[in-house]
Amino acid sequence: MSDTLLTIDGISVKYGSIEALHEVSMSVKRGDIVSLIGANGAGKSTLLKAVMAQVPLSSGSITFEGNEICSTKKHGRTTHQLASLGMALVPEGRHVFADMTVEENLDMGAFLVRDSKEIDRKKEEMFDFFPILSQRRKQKTRSLSGGEQQMMAIARALMSSPKLLLLDEPGLGLAPLIVQDIFHKIRKINEEDKVTVFLVEQNARMALKNSTTGYVIETGNIVLSDTSENLLNNEKVKAAYLGE
Amino acid sequence: MTTLIQYLQYFLNGITLGAIYALIALGYTMVYGILKFINFAHGDILMVGAYTGLLTYTALLGDSTNGAWMLIAFFLAMLVSMAFCAILGMFIEKVAYKPLRNANRLAPLLSAIGVSFILSNGAAWIFGTQSRRFPYPFDDTPIVIAGLSITPHQILTIVVSIIMMIVLTSFVNKTRMGKAMRATSLDQPTSELMGIDVNHVISMTFAIGSALAAVGGILASFDFRVSASMGTMTGLKAFVAAVIGGIGNIQGAMLGGIILGILESVGAPLLGIPSSLRDAIAFAVLIIILLVKPDGILGKNEREKV
Repeated sequence: MSDTLLTIDGISVKYGSIEALHEVSMSVKRGDIVSLIGANGAGKSTLLKAVMAQVPLSSGSITFEGNEICSTKKHGRTTHQLASLGMALVPEGRHVFADMTVEENLDMGAFLVRDSKEIDRKKEEMFDFFPILSQRRKQKTRSLSGGEQQMMAIARALMSSPKLLLLDEPGLGLAPLIVQDIFHKIRKINEEDKVTVFLVEQNARMALKNSTTGYVIETGNIVLSDTSENLLNNEKVKAAYLGE
Repeated sequence: MTTLIQYLQYFLNGITLGAIYALIALGYTMVYGILKFINFAHGDILMVGAYTGLLTYTALLGDSTNGAWMLIAFFLAMLVSMAFCAILGMFIEKVAYKPLRNANRLAPLLSAIGVSFILSNGAAWIFGTQSRRFPYPFDDTPIVIAGLSITPHQILTIVVSIIMMIVLTSFVNKTRMGKAMRATSLDQPTSELMGIDVNHVISMTFAIGSALAAVGGILASFDFRVSASMGTMTGLKAFVAAVIGGIGNIQGAMLGGIILGILESVGAPLLGIPSSLRDAIAFAVLIIILLVKPDGILGKNEREKV
């Protein structure tokens, strides 16, 4: 097996006549945390949606574990097929099933797991990892705070034991302390469970501090890529994204 | 002068009628919950269910007058009809609605009306326009308790409806597929991220809704007779019931059906209007609900947390 888990090769995405992504190429190595930073509207969410086949490509291709999963050819994989390959996306704005309890949400995350013992084991693991969810397990997700919902959305994605965890703005709209806690958890997931993480984030400092590799996207184009450490010290990044 | 006992009698009759509406309303509401689309051919499915049930029942029965076999044949006919309608429902979805899923919202609606015409006119062509009686699979002499009379077919209607509703509720709340159905109606793109095949869920929804309509159609034919046009008014009323309860809400459809049945049955004598105007009550209730609480009794009016 190759060292690269996900390869994005020159993809473009158009919304009508507007090009949201322009020939974007990047790769995610197995075991890494890769962050993609950029301003609002730069194309970050679109990129994750393209990876999960939620928006069609107008050119380019995407490869996961050496298999082409998506290209401009008509019969790409559908979103639910990608989930079964081991890709899980925590969408922007969390998208919890608000009318379902925390436990039911986790059950949905484990939809592809057929073994009920394995589902129960995984649930307990999640409740250990996110103790707050354990107290809320029988509550409708609607009644959870934003931070709790975000943790639940991450736990739900982890229920399927994905190889690649994609996170769309995990810190969006949350208090700084909670954002810190969430990024701390993301690192733990990566280190202890060996889950490869690809996250997009507006909070550039938080994202770069907690990742191995970073990419910078501006109006649909990747303009910079380096190790996260180098990007934190890059003058351009400092000026544009870190407010220094 | 209408006495209290008489009103209780109307009330009881209303529950029976309402149970039938509820079974049919479930199909409207489940499909709406997932596709945000009113399947106007649903009423005609119940008609197909009634004919399938009637034909299967008469074929199975033959010349037999054995009481036990009559009951067995009736339930077998109901199962055959449920299976046939489930397949028909899935087929209609694949052919008439799925290709229009990304089209203008009006397109599938018009397609549904077209399917409705095909089914009702097709039935009239095959079976003629004469209505037929669905023979009782038992002696339907009313049982009188404390001045209230209840017929065995009313008892059958209530019992079968309750069983169907319990089975559906536990399916939706307890099983993997049922939960996937709820998840899909709450948030389709996110359900796909969970690995749920939404097309499969939609097929299942049509299958279940149509099977319930088949049961509703058979039970309705005791009171309304079997005819090619039987689905139109009953289907419309069940749709009203689904709106009263809160369209998209399963408990709402059950509640709305029962409420509508009772209002229709009790309302006419209470308001002193002739029973021929009974149908007007359903639509008057619809107008009132749409004015007062457009989301229906159990419909939710909450904002999603962002």
